[in-house]
Amino acid sequence: MRRIVLALTLGCCAALPASAQTVQERLPTCLACHGENGQSQNAGVPSLGGQQAFYVTVQLLMFRERMRVAEPMNDMAKGLSDDDLRSFADIISKVPPPQPTEAPTDADRVARAVALIQQNRCNVCHLPSFAGQQNVPRIADQREEYLVKALRGYKDNSRHGYDGTMADVVAPITDAQILDLAYYIARVK
Amino acid sequence: MIRRISAGPLLAGALCLFAATAVAQQQDSPAQSAATPAPAAAPAPPPAAAPAMTPTPAPPVAAAPAAAPAPTPVAAAPAVPAAPALPPGSPLIGRPASSEAASRLAPVPIPPLATAADKIPVDQFKAPKGFNIELYASGMPNARSLALSDKGTVFVGSRVQDKVYAITNKDGKRQVHVLVSGLYRPNGVAFKNGTLYIAELSQISKIDNVDDKIDASPKPVVIYNDLPKDEAHGWKFLAIGPDNKLYFEVGQPGNNVLHDDAHGQLRRMNFDGTGAEKIAFGIRNTVGFDWNPKTKELYFTDNGRDWLSEDLPNDELNRITKLGQDFGAPYCYQGNIADPEFGWGHSCSEFVPPVALMGPHAAALGMRFYTGTMFPAEYRDQIFVARHGSWNKTNKFGGDIALVKLNKDGSVKSLEPFITGFLQNNNYLGRPVDVMNMPDGSMLISDDWNGAVYRVSYGPTKKVAGR
Repeated sequence: MRRIVLALTLGCCAALPASAQTVQERLPTCLACHGENGQSQNAGVPSLGGQQAFYVTVQLLMFRERMRVAEPMNDMAKGLSDDDLRSFADIISKVPPPQPTEAPTDADRVARAVALIQQNRCNVCHLPSFAGQQNVPRIADQREEYLVKALRGYKDNSRHGYDGTMADVVAPITDAQILDLAYYIARVK
Repeated sequence: MIRRISAGPLLAGALCLFAATAVAQQQDSPAQSAATPAPAAAPAPPPAAAPAMTPTPAPPVAAAPAAAPAPTPVAAAPAVPAAPALPPGSPLIGRPASSEAASRLAPVPIPPLATAADKIPVDQFKAPKGFNIELYASGMPNARSLALSDKGTVFVGSRVQDKVYAITNKDGKRQVHVLVSGLYRPNGVAFKNGTLYIAELSQISKIDNVDDKIDASPKPVVIYNDLPKDEAHGWKFLAIGPDNKLYFEVGQPGNNVLHDDAHGQLRRMNFDGTGAEKIAFGIRNTVGFDWNPKTKELYFTDNGRDWLSEDLPNDELNRITKLGQDFGAPYCYQGNIADPEFGWGHSCSEFVPPVALMGPHAAALGMRFYTGTMFPAEYRDQIFVARHGSWNKTNKFGGDIALVKLNKDGSVKSLEPFITGFLQNNNYLGRPVDVMNMPDGSMLISDDWNGAVYRVSYGPTKKVAGR
């Protein structure tokens, strides 16, 4: 059953359970879903290009230890060594970051998002460029629907953070505001 | 003095207050009208001025079509319903808005993986002449509080991992086991009569006959969960007193906040979770306490607030001489600084002052009285304190094991660094969290930076191979 779910989830990719492959050998499997140029073309699958190595290490650890449950990643990370996690994180951080797919056309939504970003200080930890730093992820030009999913996950506590920061931050943010934030951040230049 | 504060409007008012002095100004929320006497310094700004005062540059909006007017705060305001103040747990609360140097400070990210045994810089850690420090066990990411079973098993809690580890010791051969996974911020561990007690963020549980279940993935049984769920200072230290009760803290839910009567305190209860009572107040966040073996008085560390200044306040070492004492937070810090926000209308003389100042932003965490006989007699019944090390300070402070010597009456005679080298050139090589006596008179130190435990011994080395 699990295998079927996995295959469905993966859609475009072959399901490869953890094996004795090296990190370099396994990388194409990752990028097949996450985007070879760092930019995911698949709904629900985040772009990983330019992601902070520290953050990637933390997330892979959380997948491996099932502190963050999000198949197929828990399966993918199963059996990876600490050094594997470090190697993946290092490689992924050097893949080019995603680019905006279009300019934002809805000025009202941009205005609301910009105000929200200032009020909630998103730009303090994620930086004004949204490139992130260390354990704070790059979110600039991440896929819009993935940003929505991540923020909703923090809000309903279905996604535990490594620390409690995002749960605290999103607690008072409404779903409409999440949509505005994702709209803008997915399109920043 | 025991404070009783009603949670609702006051807390909401307090939050608005923080916003007024925090990094950026917020719009008024309706709750602010319910705020209690506002400390003088915080007149509410007119709503429209709020976002304009934000010190951090606004993200570029160049991507917006030229036709779109540049979003101004005024235009945005009607569309954005009263946005939240900083969440109470935010490390940004209280940060001076105009300081570039302050804006560079943030909590030091916690390494997600343990350092490999052969890469742990034990040789960089310095003990006084005659003492030795060696690696006891490694491979336990985010190793935090320590407890010891009567069979010699060392239990190690964690905070950002979901695990409690067990280090078994059979015939001098040590092995690290994952005892339990899937816990939520299981920082606190304590052991008594075969049972391990575990304090997670918002519940306390136990595993009976734990030594028989080291590799059996035992499931902890919850004994107490009448606890808040705040992330900020929500992780717990757990210890067992000479009165055979479990002691634990409920921290202040944020850097500097007026809190309700469920926070900012020490509690104790029976081993089955019954009889819980609040025994001390005005505690911001203690992550270590122990009882004076002679007087049986409880001593505890408490971490001072962030952002007051580079050099103040000091963390505290406190002593409870009577039930119900109040140690001042958030009204008074280090016994003699009325808090600039909440201290108005109060005097530090209302509160019990600390017995020692542990250094600015030092993060004094675990502490134990040394009760062994291996170390020279002058160390007997004195206190070792793990100072995790600061984040809220440009030139970091702490990152050592401090020795606090006491006078006969239990007051503090001296404070000096004992084991150093965890902090070098303003970088951490390790961060001590807890200390613990071992039956042979040696002392263990946990380090959540390397995910390791060290052993400090005295006398000619009988080298114990590390893992």
